[in-house]
Amino acid sequence: MSSAKAGVGRDQCDRQSWTFRTEGLNKVYETGATQVHALRGVDLDVPEGAFVVLLGPSGSGKSTLLNILGGLDRPTAGSALFGDLDLATAGDTELTRYRRDHVGFIFQFYNLVPSLTARENVALVTEIATDPMAPHEALELVGLGGRLDHFPSQLSGGEQQRVAVARAVAKRPSVMLCDEPTGALDSVTGIAVLEALERINRELATTTMVITHNATIAGMADRVISFADGRVSTMHDNDQRTPAESLTW
Amino acid sequence: MSPLDRKLFRDLWRMRGQVLAIALVMACGIATVVLSAGTLRSVLETRDAYYERYRFADVFAQAERAPQSLARRLASIHGVAGVETRIAQDVILDMPLVAEPVRGRVISLPEGRRPRLNDVALRSGRDLEPGATDEILVNEAFAIAHGLAPGDSLVANLNSHQRTLRIVGIALSPEFVYALAPGALVPDNRRFGVLWMGEEAAAAAFDLDGAFNDVSLSLTRGASAPAVIDAVDDLLARFGGVGAFGRRDHVSDAFLRSETDQLANLLQVIPPIILGVAAFLLNLVMSRLIETEREQIGLLKAFGYSNWAVGWHYLKFVLTIAAISTVLGCLVGAWLGRGMTDMYTAYFHFPILLYRLDPPTIAAAVLVGLAAGVVGATTAVRRAVRLAPAVAMRPPAPTGYRTGLLERIGVTRLLDQPTRMILRHIFRWPLRSALTVCGIALAAALLIGTMFFLDSVDVMLDVQFFQSQRQDVTLTFTQARTDDTSDALAHLPGVIAVEPFRSVAARVRFEHRSRRLGITGLEAAARLQRPIDAHGRTIDLPPDGLVMTAKLAELLGVSVGDRVTVETLEDRRRTATVPVRDLTDEFVGLAAYMSRPALNRLMGESSLASGAHLLIDTAEAPALYQELKDTPVIQSVTVQQSALDQFSSLLEESILLMVTVYVGLASLIAAGVVYSSARISLSERGRELASLRVLGFSKGEIAYIFLGGLSLLVAAALPIGCVMGYGLATLMVQLFDTELYRLPLAVEPSTYGFAALVVLVATTLTGLAVSRRLARLDLIAVLKTRE
Repeated sequence: MSSAKAGVGRDQCDRQSWTFRTEGLNKVYETGATQVHALRGVDLDVPEGAFVVLLGPSGSGKSTLLNILGGLDRPTAGSALFGDLDLATAGDTELTRYRRDHVGFIFQFYNLVPSLTARENVALVTEIATDPMAPHEALELVGLGGRLDHFPSQLSGGEQQRVAVARAVAKRPSVMLCDEPTGALDSVTGIAVLEALERINRELATTTMVITHNATIAGMADRVISFADGRVSTMHDNDQRTPAESLTW
Repeated sequence: MSPLDRKLFRDLWRMRGQVLAIALVMACGIATVVLSAGTLRSVLETRDAYYERYRFADVFAQAERAPQSLARRLASIHGVAGVETRIAQDVILDMPLVAEPVRGRVISLPEGRRPRLNDVALRSGRDLEPGATDEILVNEAFAIAHGLAPGDSLVANLNSHQRTLRIVGIALSPEFVYALAPGALVPDNRRFGVLWMGEEAAAAAFDLDGAFNDVSLSLTRGASAPAVIDAVDDLLARFGGVGAFGRRDHVSDAFLRSETDQLANLLQVIPPIILGVAAFLLNLVMSRLIETEREQIGLLKAFGYSNWAVGWHYLKFVLTIAAISTVLGCLVGAWLGRGMTDMYTAYFHFPILLYRLDPPTIAAAVLVGLAAGVVGATTAVRRAVRLAPAVAMRPPAPTGYRTGLLERIGVTRLLDQPTRMILRHIFRWPLRSALTVCGIALAAALLIGTMFFLDSVDVMLDVQFFQSQRQDVTLTFTQARTDDTSDALAHLPGVIAVEPFRSVAARVRFEHRSRRLGITGLEAAARLQRPIDAHGRTIDLPPDGLVMTAKLAELLGVSVGDRVTVETLEDRRRTATVPVRDLTDEFVGLAAYMSRPALNRLMGESSLASGAHLLIDTAEAPALYQELKDTPVIQSVTVQQSALDQFSSLLEESILLMVTVYVGLASLIAAGVVYSSARISLSERGRELASLRVLGFSKGEIAYIFLGGLSLLVAAALPIGCVMGYGLATLMVQLFDTELYRLPLAVEPSTYGFAALVVLVATTLTGLAVSRRLARLDLIAVLKTRE
């Protein structure tokens, strides 16, 4: 069933250009004597500029997929193309280069550097990027123009996560990969973060992939992909995206 | 086994690298204690047993010629337990292996019985046959240096007669543990030998039938040595006595004592430094361990474990490390101590060896190590148990950083973000950073504080051999001679210049303090031997008065301008008060100088000399030495170059060992500190660094952030270590300041450089080894897990 669904997705995507294209993606973790099949043959395309939400229970393979697409892990078999670059076979240096130039990451637990202020945390990334925006510009984009010189310990959880969003977006990445970006936040601050992501996706046309356990968030996506047991179980496109500010949970 | 104990062992295993680093540093501290204390105790007990078994005397005196009947009167002095009279005479030996005349000391042994005092220990061969006229025993070191064995013979000049003497045995004596020729700096076994001869043969050779010129006395328990010395002096005065002295002034015993004092001093300085560093490392690692286990501690408390149970669990961690260190330190220390005691036994030619560990000192070291560890861990444990369980189980808030001094002075604006991270991290934990700097600095200081010894000896040798004593050869006469003898010397082959000197044994008093020493009378315009002041300038001897070493002035409590009482101990005894005119800065022994005419006046004699300093043409040295061997008035010949060579070779023997030991120790300390700091930094910041890798930073870039901080701390530690090293050197100089010798405080730039290099190499290698773990950071875990 999953391959059929994936096939539908591919037909649609062939009409437009894509950011990622995976074929027969497999990932097996060897833990001692047992083998864990995290991905079992995933074929999918992610359209350029799309806002994609990945749903699924724990262990269904969505994080593994995101890690491979983010250049943090390599598949056991299959290919994962980002343009001409096959992330499955790229070397360590190529992957570092890829992450540096093209990927913006947002983590569940923010992962800010505690010894740097909000502005400096963003500057940390803009200093090594090729065509970044100014750190204060990125922070204004997420509504933190007034808290540039605060250290992480002086910011709330939602504010810290928005700094992380600003840090991800400041280098003008081609893709934003977000793993449970609102997982540690209450709904009000969570929605503020989602608004920031939505705005970036809209204004900068950044392909955005969000992993979440919160099915409500699926409403704001162009495409919703559900995972189960290492495979794509369902995939559908929303005709109309719900604005983040209208979401409630 | 309780689950907590199982956790303990797993924690120890998981942190084995850090546990080992700390245990090794601590074991080094304990090993130094075990080694030094064990060696010290072994040498002292061996010495005491040796002295007791061979009846080493308590008081010694020489005279010119005293009748045997005097022995009974000496024995009746209050406090004297035993008396042994004998004949002791310096002679010249003609040894085929050495060009110049060799100095020998002939000592008589009683016929047909063991000496009551100062017995000899026969190593090979047999005892002297009673009544034999040409049989001798020689001391072992001399025999080894010349390849002599029982059955061999040697040629000696006894009272102007060339005699061939047959060696029947090789022996040792408690009097010559440190076999030092009079006036020499270090034992030279090729150029000084002890010859024991039957009393009858010696009396015949030196015209001392029915008389003696040397006496040893033992004291009853509780007897006053000074009182006995005064009584002996009174009795011997008429017979040319040159002043009795106790064990304190016995040259062999004094040098042996200075050697054991050095060991005791090192024991006070080195182990505390190392144990201090180990305590700091324990503190560092325990604090971090407890911080990462904060939630588990909360959980344990929530389950109902008491604060004490939780605290005890972590203390056991410390105690286990201390136990490992103790076992390791004791084993290594005992093994090294045994080797070192063997070395001392061979060096001092002890006939017996008693190897003893010193349990009280070892226990003290272990207790200090434990206490340091426990104190180090207590603060961290207390912080952990004080938290309410609910609070402990919540993750700690992000580490708080604030804009600080760096921002206010605007430094950070010039820096990129990674460099800001480095600086803020250092200043966020100022105490830890300071202690890390301190630990690394101590490693450098330890090196400087021990290696400076070589610089110091260089200065000592330079002053002694190249500035103060510039003669090539020093001769002493069998007795004081008129200037005709000195004039005659000028005509010997190769002699370029002759400067006669007078040397008189004397007691110098100021108020209630006194010292026995030789006063040397030099020519007013002496160019060969001349006293040097503290600034390296030559002191011109004044027409009257004394110039004395600063150490002697300190011991007597006199300053320039004070008048001291000089009591000569030779020939006609004279007492005079003379002013102290100047102080000289010499590093060996106690000495006083006068102009020769002034000393002659003080002695009430004409222009006499006890010996002469010669400047010679070395090309003609062999001819000169041959001539001197045949000259009856010459009692001893000392060649300056041989003394220098002997000193250098003695140093070279010990240098390699010393350098290896201290480089190893310092490297271990520096590496231990850097390793622990780096591992903790990695555990604290691994997540942060992995995040940066995810964000696209290369391995090199995060290695910069990771190692940059450590490099800065090492860079800060080096100059501090140099200052501390200089301080340690100053302390060592003070500890080693004895009557026998003093170390000049001199630290060459190359010593600082060497210490810095060793620390840099050790820290760099350790830093790089730890940073290899950066390549293995789990980038994926970072996305999912909270710290």
